[in-house]
Formats: sequence, C-alpha cells, structure tokens
Amino acid sequence: MRWEEEGMKQNAFIMGNKLMGSNPHAFSLIMPSIPITHTQTPYVTGTSVLGIKYKDGVLIAADTAGSYGSTTRYKSVERLRPIGQNTLVGATGEMSDFQTILQILDRLIITNAMFDDDNTLGPPDIHSYLNRVMYNQRNKLDPFWNTLMLGGVKNGVKYLGNVTMLGLHYVDDHVATGFGIHLAQPIFRNEWNEDMTLEQGTKLLEKCMLVLFYRDRSAINKMQIANITEDGVKISEPYALQTKWDYEAFSNPTVGNEGSW
Amino acid sequence: MTKTTIDLPPKGGFSFDLCRRNAFLESQGTKMPKFRKTGTTIVGLIFKDGVILGADTRATEGEIVCDKNCEKIHYLAPNISCCGAGTAADTENVTDMVSSQLELHRYATGRDSRVVTALTMLKSHLFGYQGAVSAALVLGGVDVTGPHLHAVYPHGSTDTLPFATMGSGSLAAMAMFESRFKEGMTREEGIEVVCAAICAGIFNDLGSGSNVDLCVITKGGKEYLRNYQQPNPRSYTHSKGYHFTSGHTAILSSKIRALRNQVRVVEGDAMEEE
Repeated sequence: MRWEEEGMKQNAFIMGNKLMGSNPHAFSLIMPSIPITHTQTPYVTGTSVLGIKYKDGVLIAADTAGSYGSTTRYKSVERLRPIGQNTLVGATGEMSDFQTILQILDRLIITNAMFDDDNTLGPPDIHSYLNRVMYNQRNKLDPFWNTLMLGGVKNGVKYLGNVTMLGLHYVDDHVATGFGIHLAQPIFRNEWNEDMTLEQGTKLLEKCMLVLFYRDRSAINKMQIANITEDGVKISEPYALQTKWDYEAFSNPTVGNEGSW
Repeated sequence: MTKTTIDLPPKGGFSFDLCRRNAFLESQGTKMPKFRKTGTTIVGLIFKDGVILGADTRATEGEIVCDKNCEKIHYLAPNISCCGAGTAADTENVTDMVSSQLELHRYATGRDSRVVTALTMLKSHLFGYQGAVSAALVLGGVDVTGPHLHAVYPHGSTDTLPFATMGSGSLAAMAMFESRFKEGMTREEGIEVVCAAICAGIFNDLGSGSNVDLCVITKGGKEYLRNYQQPNPRSYTHSKGYHFTSGHTAILSSKIRALRNQVRVVEGDAMEEE
C-alpha cells in the first residue's frame, strides 16, 4: 500500500537503483543492518465494544476508557467514530493504531468523494477495506493491534461485523470484542431477537455494559451508545449507568464466622 | 570427612525433586500425559431458604471429552455440598478427604457440621500445597448459623459471596448472574437463574457441556437433582430404537464350546477347596 512506503526503510539500502537503473521497483534488495522489529505489545488500550442489530438499524456501545497497562489513564477516549454517512467504526485495543486507521479511512472516504459520482461507500465496502488493511499489516508481522467493529445501514440493509488484528472478519446479528465476547455474547445469545425496538436494544446493551463494568477491570462507568439508521449516525453524549453495591450479603459477609474472610 | 549436614526425615507435602528431570524430559520432546480436567462451569447462589449449587457434566482430557456425564457436585456432609473445577483427581480426592474428616469431626463433637469447618479444612490443605493441588471449588451448605456460600481457589484463598461462579465457563455464568440475581429469591426463581447460568456456560464455553446438575440445600435437607436439565440430546435417533435381531449379519459357520469342562472324579478323593 502506498501509505506505508514512506519512512519505513531505516537501516536499509536499496541496491536496485544502482544496478538496474531508474526503476526501483524492478529489483530491490533490502538488507537491514539489524533485524527490523515492530512493537509487540499495546500501550494505551480500549476495552470491549458491543453491537447489535435492531428493527430500524444498528446499535453500538463502548465505554470511554483508555487504559495504560493497569491504570485508567484516559477517561474520555472516543472509541466510536462515524465513517462517511452510513457507517460507524468502534475499536478495541491500541488507541494509536486506531487513530492511524481513522486517518487511512479518512483518506479512503475523501478519495472516493473526489470521484464525485454520488456513490458513497457503505458498511460492507468499508468492512472489506478494513479487512484488507488489517490482513496486510499482519502479513508484515506488524499488526494494527485492534479489533474493529463496523456497523451501518445503507439502502435498507443492516450490517454489523468485526475485523480482528489478524485479519479475521465476520458478520453477525450481534457481535462483541474483547471481554465482551466472554461476558456479553452469552447474554446476547439468550436475549437478542430480530424485532427489538430502539428502547429494548438500548436496554440490552446497557445491561451488558453494566456486567462489563462490574467484571472487566479496564472498564469504567462512562459509556456512549451510537445509533445508526438509514438517516445517519448518532453518537450519544457519554453517560453513566446505575450500579448496585448494597447487597445485604456484602455488608457483613463473615456473619457466623467472625474473624474469617 | 564427617558430614556436616543431618538428613532430616521427610516432612509432609510434595517433594519437588523430579521437577527438574521432568522439565529436561519435556525439553527433549517427551509428551507429558494430559490431566483430566473438568473444563467446567460451576455456580452457587444463596436464595431465601438456602443455597443452590449447579454444575455442568463435561470432563475433558486435553481436547477430547472423556466423560459426557460426570458428577461435579460432591458430597461433603448431609447439609454441605461442594462443586469442583480444575483437575478432576484433585477435586474428587480433596472433597473425599474433607468429607471423611468432617464425619470424624461430627462423631467427636456430636453436632452437625458447619460450612466454615469444611471451608477451613479445604483452605488449609490447599494452601499447604501452594497451588499444586489444582482444585477450584464452590462450597455451599446450610448449618445452624444459616446458609453459606464460599468460593475456594487453588492457592487457598476464599471468598464469601451471595453468588459465585468458577471454572472456564465462569464468565458466561457470571454474566447471567450479574444481570439476573436478586436477593431473597424463591426456590423456583433461584433454580431458573442457576440453570440459565449453567446453560450459558454449556453453550458458550468449549470446556463445558452436556447436562445441568443441581443441588438445593435448605434447613430441611439436601436435594440432589442429577441431570435436572438435558439440553443436549442425541440429534439423530431411530424413533423405533435400535434392535439387531439375528439374521442382520450372515452366519458362515457356528461352533459351540462349553466354557468350563465338567470333570467327574472317577476314583480317589475330590480335591479339597482351600
């Protein structure tokens, strides 16, 4: 891809130019003086993103936390972003890679707009494009450390899918990333149905986000929900959920066994 | 040259002498035998009148299901039960051992066992083995002080909770509990929530599967509901059953031989049975 050709060739020299003349792509031998290594671990990470289809469109929810290892460093990270008119992308994982991906998608949308032919890119197109981007990066052993969720509605067709950092992609009626796979998918599989209204869908997502807040250490109680319909993408302001900590059993757990824990 | 060290008699606990040799063998390519783990989803919750324990019934050996209908809810005392996750040998032996100790304790004290007694016995044993005994347990029961529910971890720490889940399916089960649990549920509501949690483990976790076992413990007694739900029946069965009458397979020749030769003693004494 063109966008990665700049600036990647430190510690390397291209012999092809001298040997074969002015066409550097015909033959180039890249010989690094030390092995080129890429980042192996993520630093600032976002936790799960949840998505479901409902009657009129797609709902996607994520919290606004950016963790730096075991500390919650940033509490207002927007992990849900609109792409074009009909799509929303949500990201789990390394936030700097997500920002790069947003720049790449920006370029894609602008290049497409320059054709000026009233053809906009819909969710399946962006899904496919993101899959190519992620898979190609992974093939260079330098993955974008993200799992991306993509949802949208175009021409009455609802679309929801995931792309992982290895380039695995799939679509489904309800998807989750990160911890959401273990904590929210079981609830989706039990309680999702095709004709949910906006209210029912929101309640289902909030129920799952609450479970995630209770049981995922990198989650915070500040989330956004995005509603994508034929009319466009609407991302809510961040808000908090009602939590319950006042179980009677928590108040005195060692009753009958004082001194224990 | 006299020895300056004294050989002390071996104390209890594991002797880790062979660990280095095992590590060497493994690095040379020897395949270590796989443990029979229970994969598992085990849960417990406290309802109005007592405790409900639940478990799935799949036991795995690596990637293979070695027992489709094993029992993971173990008996500890007439009023106490324990679900076990982790290595099957460890959970079964540790619960058997504590069950025997509790029975002896009942004879010595003349009283019904308390859940905290079982808890203390389990946790001191597991702590002594520093996590080598891979048993993660959900211990529940009702004694004179009321209903109790504890989660016991392999290293010996314990949690006292109104609802607990353990095992590989614990996240799926906990998602169900966190969204549906209420304090003071009735028996029917409690059973429903426990079944939902175990089924979430069965259908969403690969290490759990097959059927749902329940154990409802109240002041009045213990009710062990083996295979309370069987949500995974065989998909394809012949409606009339399978009967293989003779004639299904061609018989080429037949020879009938008595298994035991009848020996008749003609003269002399028959041998005496010793």
